[in-house]
Amino acid sequence: MSITYLEAIREAQARALAEDPRVFIYGQDVGAFGGAFKATKNLAKEFPGRVLDSTLSEDSMVGLAVGAAIEGLRPIVETQFADFSSVAFNQIINQAATLYWRTEVPCPITIRLPAGGTSGGGPFHSQNMEAIYAHYPGLVVMTPATVEDAYSMLLEAVAIDDPVIFCEHKYLYYHLKADKLPSEAMPVGKARLAREGRDLTIVAYSAMVHEALAVAEELATEGTELEVVDLRSVKPLDTDTIMASVARTGRLLCVGEAWPWGGVTAEVIARVASEGFGLLDAPPQRLNAKDTPVPYHPNLWAAHRPTARSIAAAARNLLRR
Amino acid sequence: MFQTVASPETGALVSTFRDEYIQACRWMLLARTLDEKFASLYRAGKIHGGVFLGRGQEALSVSIGVTLRKGDVFAPLIRDLAGRLAFGEPVLDAVRTFLGSALGPMRGRDGNVHRGRPREGVLPMISHLGAMISVVNGMLFARRFKGVRDTAGVASIGDGATSTGSFHEAINQAAVEKLPLVLIVANNQYAYSTPASRQFACRNLVDKAIGYGIEGHTSDGTDLAACLKVVREAVNRARNGCGPQMVVARLLRLCGHGEHDDSSYVDPKLKQSPIGRDCLKVAEEQLLQQRWADASAIEAWRSEAARIVEEAVATVQREPAPDPYQEDWGALSSGHLLEAQHPPPL
Repeated sequence: MSITYLEAIREAQARALAEDPRVFIYGQDVGAFGGAFKATKNLAKEFPGRVLDSTLSEDSMVGLAVGAAIEGLRPIVETQFADFSSVAFNQIINQAATLYWRTEVPCPITIRLPAGGTSGGGPFHSQNMEAIYAHYPGLVVMTPATVEDAYSMLLEAVAIDDPVIFCEHKYLYYHLKADKLPSEAMPVGKARLAREGRDLTIVAYSAMVHEALAVAEELATEGTELEVVDLRSVKPLDTDTIMASVARTGRLLCVGEAWPWGGVTAEVIARVASEGFGLLDAPPQRLNAKDTPVPYHPNLWAAHRPTARSIAAAARNLLRR
Repeated sequence: MFQTVASPETGALVSTFRDEYIQACRWMLLARTLDEKFASLYRAGKIHGGVFLGRGQEALSVSIGVTLRKGDVFAPLIRDLAGRLAFGEPVLDAVRTFLGSALGPMRGRDGNVHRGRPREGVLPMISHLGAMISVVNGMLFARRFKGVRDTAGVASIGDGATSTGSFHEAINQAAVEKLPLVLIVANNQYAYSTPASRQFACRNLVDKAIGYGIEGHTSDGTDLAACLKVVREAVNRARNGCGPQMVVARLLRLCGHGEHDDSSYVDPKLKQSPIGRDCLKVAEEQLLQQRWADASAIEAWRSEAARIVEEAVATVQREPAPDPYQEDWGALSSGHLLEAQHPPPL
């Protein structure tokens, strides 16, 4: 038996619904249809009245979730595509993210953002929004890279008393498989050492972890050992694990599928440069998508985002410095 | 309408309505007195941030507060002091928030009109107009989800907010979910300085209700009796399963947008028109005409209001301000997920 990243997300929601009567799912087409990606397949039937189609309105979807959270429920909102969360931006960053700080009333909502590029997705079905949301105080931003994390982190997202932006990568939905669901998990807030190595640290998250691991495999045949850190959550960002890795390798390459200006890779490098400058044997480097909207055609799309090939080139350059 | 309830066949109703009317008038008086105190403290430089008054809107606002029951939901607008007080908000909550007391419900983290106690049904507004409506929807949705019946929620907005996407999205959502939402629209002719003619082009804002498939009501916002009747009808219908209700009341904002604004742009013709009447004066005249109170009773209420306000201000002025060294500077309730500050503070 094997289980995909997407199935793990469905199973986590089924378990959350089964174990906690306060949980409900709200979003466009999530009901009888089972969601645009089938992440809620059959859940409406299994949990009558708790998996509900919303109107086509991200703003009111999140607004309703905040109100329900005030009343003690634990909503899961699916935005269908991360790109569409822009329409709910106000409710997320001004309403949900400020509620606890302003009133001491927690806001336990989980907002699922099917994120990241797939070939053919184009400018409005491919975006990575983690940096935008991580910028705002009052939000937790998760970016699971594995089937196990997709499952355990989504369960933890629902259990956390704060608003969680759950960035699930659409490219991993079907590509990534595991033998079984995990029975235990690392807590949110801890990064994972996805591969140990002594020569260079690649910090990555979400789909880029797999590109980085492929590069590590390739460079290992050349006698170079790369260490790969999977951030798991970008907020909180586990600076300690990053710093410990850089202390071992002396070289840092940070990779993100999002755009280059600001963002997660910039944050990682800023922290390492300001707090761990002495650990570095070479200037820290980063690799992001190109600074244009995400292109539609597969040829352009594949060149727009970092890939194993471009990461390998960046790693080789850094190793020579 | 006023005459109808005063007919001899409905004696019991008369006394109930009279009591409610008198109670509402007293809340309006208290709200007006407190608002004037805030304006005076603002001019004296004692208030941080903006001061927005309810002058001219108290009749509509208080009708919400006296109609809703304890446990219902109220998302007030910036001009809803009368409604807040009548719904049960302590005077001290208001004064503490305006004067920045650390003991207020917002603890200095947010100010003035943004105060609220969500667990007690008073939502603390964000500044983005129309955004609170779907949050009220969520609370009402959750109550139905939990099997709680016999509840209702009011979202209070102005004519400006009817132009927002949030307004549209939330009313449509409430209509589809058939939630017991009452949307109270104070059409006070100006959104800051923008006149109604630059805000909407429909004949009457209440016509929007038709498009959403919900029930609409109108009221003269300067007439307390009319407001009480219309708001009660709307809240009762929502509570009894008739779905969302929209109430549009016409009135004139009798002050600037905030106390920083001299409102010189307000058309003098509107001030002279029937909607330019001061609802508090109208209500007091009605009390006298109906012989429900005499001038000395009203004067006594006024003195009582002044005493309450002066006491609250005197109390709060002795209270501590928030201390930045006592702040935890964390925006998450999950303490274990807070990041250490980078770089660490010196």
